[in-house]
Amino acid sequence: MMNLTLKIWRQKNASDKGSIVDYQVSDISPDMSFLEMLDILNNQLIEKGDSPVAFDHDCREGICGMCSLYINGEAHGPDRKVTTCQLHMRKFKDGDTIYIEPFRAKGFPVIKDLVVDRGAFDRIQHAGGFISVNTSGNTQDANAIPISKHDADKAMDAATCIGCGACVASCKNSSAMLFVSAKVSQYALLPQGQIEATDRVLNMVQQMDEEGFGNCTNTGACEVECPKGISLENIARMNREFMKASIKS
Amino acid sequence: MESSKTENLDKEGVTMKHTFSSTLDSKEPKGPIAERWTKYKNEINLVNPANKRLIDVIVVGTGLAGGSAAATLAELGYNVKAFCFQDSPRRAHSIAAQGGINAAKNYQGDGDSTYRLFYDTVKGGDYRSRESNVYRLAEVSANIIDQCVAQGVPFARDYGGLLDNRSFGGVLVSRTFYAKGQTGQQLLLGAYSAMNRQIGRGKIKVYNRHEMLDVVIVDGKARGIIARNLVTGEIERHSAHAVVLGTGGYGNVFFLSTNAMGSNVTAAWKAHKKGAYFANPCYTQIHPTCIPVSGDHQSKLTLMSESLRNDGRIWVPKHMKDAIAIREGKLKPTQLTEDDRDYYLERRYPAFGNLVPRDVASRAAKERCDAGFGVNATGEAVYLDFAAAIMRYGKEQAFIKGLDEMNETIVRELGKEIVKAKYGNLFQMYEKIVDENPYETPMMIYPAVHYTMGGVWVDYNLQTTVPGLYAIGEANFSDHGANRLGASALMQGLADGYFVLPYTIGDYLSNDIRTGTIPTDTKEFDEAEKSVQENINHFINNKGSKSVDYFHKKLGKVMWEKCGMSRNEKDLKEAIEEISLIRKEFYKEVMVPGTANEFNEELAKAGRVADFLELGELFAKDALLREESAGGHFRDEHQTSEGEAMRRKEFQFVSAWEYKGEPKDAVLHKEELVYENIEVKERSYK
Ligand SMILES: Cc1cc2nc3c(=O)[nH]c(=O)nc-3n(C[C@H](O)[C@H](O)[C@H](O)COP(=O)(O)OP(=O)(O)OC[C@H]3O[C@@H](n4cnc5c(N)ncnc54)[C@H](O)[C@@H]3O)c2cc1C
Ligand code: SF4
Ligand code: FES
Repeated sequence: MMNLTLKIWRQKNASDKGSIVDYQVSDISPDMSFLEMLDILNNQLIEKGDSPVAFDHDCREGICGMCSLYINGEAHGPDRKVTTCQLHMRKFKDGDTIYIEPFRAKGFPVIKDLVVDRGAFDRIQHAGGFISVNTSGNTQDANAIPISKHDADKAMDAATCIGCGACVASCKNSSAMLFVSAKVSQYALLPQGQIEATDRVLNMVQQMDEEGFGNCTNTGACEVECPKGISLENIARMNREFMKASIKS
Repeated sequence: MESSKTENLDKEGVTMKHTFSSTLDSKEPKGPIAERWTKYKNEINLVNPANKRLIDVIVVGTGLAGGSAAATLAELGYNVKAFCFQDSPRRAHSIAAQGGINAAKNYQGDGDSTYRLFYDTVKGGDYRSRESNVYRLAEVSANIIDQCVAQGVPFARDYGGLLDNRSFGGVLVSRTFYAKGQTGQQLLLGAYSAMNRQIGRGKIKVYNRHEMLDVVIVDGKARGIIARNLVTGEIERHSAHAVVLGTGGYGNVFFLSTNAMGSNVTAAWKAHKKGAYFANPCYTQIHPTCIPVSGDHQSKLTLMSESLRNDGRIWVPKHMKDAIAIREGKLKPTQLTEDDRDYYLERRYPAFGNLVPRDVASRAAKERCDAGFGVNATGEAVYLDFAAAIMRYGKEQAFIKGLDEMNETIVRELGKEIVKAKYGNLFQMYEKIVDENPYETPMMIYPAVHYTMGGVWVDYNLQTTVPGLYAIGEANFSDHGANRLGASALMQGLADGYFVLPYTIGDYLSNDIRTGTIPTDTKEFDEAEKSVQENINHFINNKGSKSVDYFHKKLGKVMWEKCGMSRNEKDLKEAIEEISLIRKEFYKEVMVPGTANEFNEELAKAGRVADFLELGELFAKDALLREESAGGHFRDEHQTSEGEAMRRKEFQFVSAWEYKGEPKDAVLHKEELVYENIEVKERSYK
C-alpha cells in the first residue's frame, strides 16, 4: 500500500486562472489503475463536501481516447504505449509526489480542471476525414477491389489512432501533425481513398492551421508519447501527399 | 388496449398467476419470410427529396446504430440533430468492441447463407427473438461489409488481397470480418466519417457533451427532447418530427461490467416513463472470459476476447485442498499435475468442450467457484491455460523447421511465438492489468456482465409504442432473443442505422411534410423542462452524506448476487424489496457537490444512477415472471437433473412492460413469438 502526494491543476472554468493544489491519498494499492486512484481522491473530496477533480474518461480500456492527463511531465504518464486509464499504480512507489496537469495547447482550451476541449480534432475531420460515398448500400461488392495485405495492414496501423491528443500535448510546438497524418495516411493507402486525396490533404491541413496548432519541426516527441504507436512515417507520407496536392492545385 | 387476461401456469404443484393486458402487434409483413422486407419496402410511403428538407429528426447516440442512422438520414435530406454525452461522436462505446462483425457473405464457400445466419441467430437466442426481424438482419448483413469497405474501413485481408474471416462461438461457418482486435473502433470511425461528411455539408448538427434527460410528447407523438449541456449545465429544448434513440445497453445497472463508465439507461428509461414499453429487461449476457475483480476499488471490468477459447483450456483444481493452498498462495497452478486438474467444460460438454456458448460457459465457472474451487484470493476465478497450446504449436513449428521436437525449451519458445502472433495484444493487456505473465502461468478469468439483450420494445418498423419514437442498436430488444451470438451486435447496430431505419422512419414522416417546424414554447416542453429541472434541484440541494457511487455499488451488489448468473424466486422477491429501499435511501442521503450550472460529473452520475435504481427493480420483476431458463436467464427452479437450462413453451413470448408509477407496478403486455420457418428444438452442447 502506498501514500502519495498529488499536485493537481485546479481551474474552475475556462476563464479562471487556475493553480496547482496539493492533496494526500493513502492506502493506494499497486493493482489500482491511475484513474481508480483519482476516484478514491474524489470520493474523499465529495464526502467532505468539496468539489471533486474533473477529468475525462469513459471506456477505461485504452480505446475511446477520452482520457488524457499530463502526469509528471508526460502525456499519459511514465508507461509506454498505454493511455492514462491503462496506467497502473505499480509504476509509482510509496511516498512519491505526482504532478497531474491537463493536456496543454492553444488548440485545446481548458474546460475545467483536467478537462480540455478537443473539438478542433473533430473540425479537422469535418474538413476532409471521409470518403464521399453514400450510405445507401448501393456499393460494389467488398471484394471487387483486392487490396494488398501490406497496404491494408499499414492503413490499419494508421487507423488505430484514438484521437486523444497526446501528440499535441507532448510537442513543444503543439503540432497536430501526427494525428492529422494518421487519418490522411489511412485513406492514402487505400484505393477507395485516393480519388479525393488532393482535396482531402489540402482541406485538412488548412483546418489544422486555422485551429492554431503549431508547425512540425521533427522532434519526434509525439511518436514517443503516442499510446497507439502511430509512426512518424505517417507524417512523411502526409508531407509527400501535401506536396503532390500543392503542385496539382 | 384489450381487456385484462389472467393466465394460470401450473408448475410442480405451485400455481403462479400473471395478468397481462394486451397482446402486442409486431406489424410484421405477411408472406414468405425471404420476401417480406422487399415487399415491405415496395409498399411504404416515401417522402420526396424537397419535402425532406422540411423535416427534422433527432438522433440520440452516435455509436454504430446512432452514428450510421444520423449519417444516412442526413444524406437522404432530413435535418438531423445528433447527441452524445462524450466529447466527440467517435468515442461512443461501440469503439470498444474487439472481435468482429458477422455477415453472410459466404466468401469462404463453407455453406453460409442468409438462411443459415438467420437460423444460427434464432437458435443462439434460445428461440426468444422475432423471426421477421432476424431474417431481415441476416438479409442486409452482406451489404454492411460492402458499405464499410467503400468507406475505407481497413478490414483484415489475406495475401491475395481479399477479405479475411474468423470463426466465432455457436456456429459452424467462418463469417466474422475483423480489423485486428479493434473491429468496433474501425466500424465506428467509418460511421463517424460518414457523419463528418454530412456535418461538413451542414446536414447534421452535433451536440457533444449533451445528455438527453427527457423526451417530449405532443398530441401523443414524440416531438423533441430536453437535454442538458454538460459543460455549461444549461437545460435545452430541441424539437423534431421524430426522435431516434441509439443510446446503447444498460449493463452498468450491475455497477461492474465491461461497458464504458458513462453507459447508461437514462434515455431509454425516460422514454419508458413516457409510454414506451420496456421488453425483456432480465435478458443479460454475462461473458465468461473477463479479468476477475481484484478489489473494492475496481471501477470496471475488462473483457478478454472470446477468441481465446479457441486455444485456452479452462480448469480448476480437482481437489479442495489444492484450491485452498492456491488461494493462500502456498501452491502454484503450474505445480499441479494433469491428474489433479478438472477441465470441467471438457468433462461436462465433450462435444463442444471449451467452445460452448457464452451463457453455458459462464454458469459452469460459477458452479465450480460456488463449490469452493475458485483460484484467486476472492475465490472467484478459474484458469484459462495456454500451456498445452504453446507445446502443440511449438511441436508443429519444430517439425516444419526441422528442429528437435523432443527439446522442451526449443518447442516452448517456438510455441510462444505462435501464440503471441495470435493473441499478443490480449496477453499484453492482461499483463498490464494483472501484472502476471500469461505465457508462463495460466490466466485467471471470471464471468462479467457484458451486454443486454433486453431494451425498449419496438415493432418491425423499429418504432416504440410511442408514435414517432424509434429505438435502434443495443437500446432496443429486437434481434438476439435471450442470448446474443458473438459479433452480432455490431452487425445489428449498422443494419438498423444504415439500412432499416432510413426506410421505416420515412413511412412515418411522410405524414409530416406539411406540419412545419415544431415549436418549443409550448406547455409540453414547459412541463418536461420543469420536471427535469426539479430533479436536478433535488440532487443539488439534498446535501446528503453519501456519494453517488456508494449507492451504485450497493445496487450492483444486489443485482449481481440476486439477479445475476442464476436466479430464483426467493432472491428475486428480496431484490425487488431491497432495490426499492436503496432507492428511497438514495433520494434521502445522496451527496452531489457543486452547482447545476457548471461541468458537474457527479450530477450527471446521480441522474443515471436514479434511473438504474428504477430499472433494476423492473429487471427483477421480469426475471421473477419468467419461470423458465432461456439463454442468459437461468432460474434455479428450471433446470434438468444435470443442471442444464430448461425452456418452457408457455413462455414463448416477449414480456413488454408498461410504466405505472413504481417499477414494481408495471403492467405486462405480451408479444407471442411464432416460429414458422425454424423448428423450435432443444439446445444441447454435449
Ligand atoms: C468490451 C466489449 C466488446 C465487444 N465486442 C463486440 C464484438 O466483437 N462484436 C460485436 O458484435 N459486439 C461486441 N460488443 C457489443 C457491441 O459493442 C455493442 O452492443 C454495440 O457497439 C452497441 O452500439 P450502439 O450504437 O447501440 O450503442 P453505443 O455504442 O453504446 O452508443 C451509445 C451512444 O448513446 C449516447 N448516449 C447514451 N445515453 C445518452 C443520453 N442520455 N444522452 C445523450 N446521449 C446518450 C452515447 O454518448 C453514445 O454515443 C462488445 C461490447 C463490449 C462492452
Ligand atoms: S496520433 Fe497517437 S497521440 Fe496523437 S491523437 Fe492519435 S493516438 Fe493520440
Ligand atoms: S478512458 Fe477510454 S482511452 Fe482511456
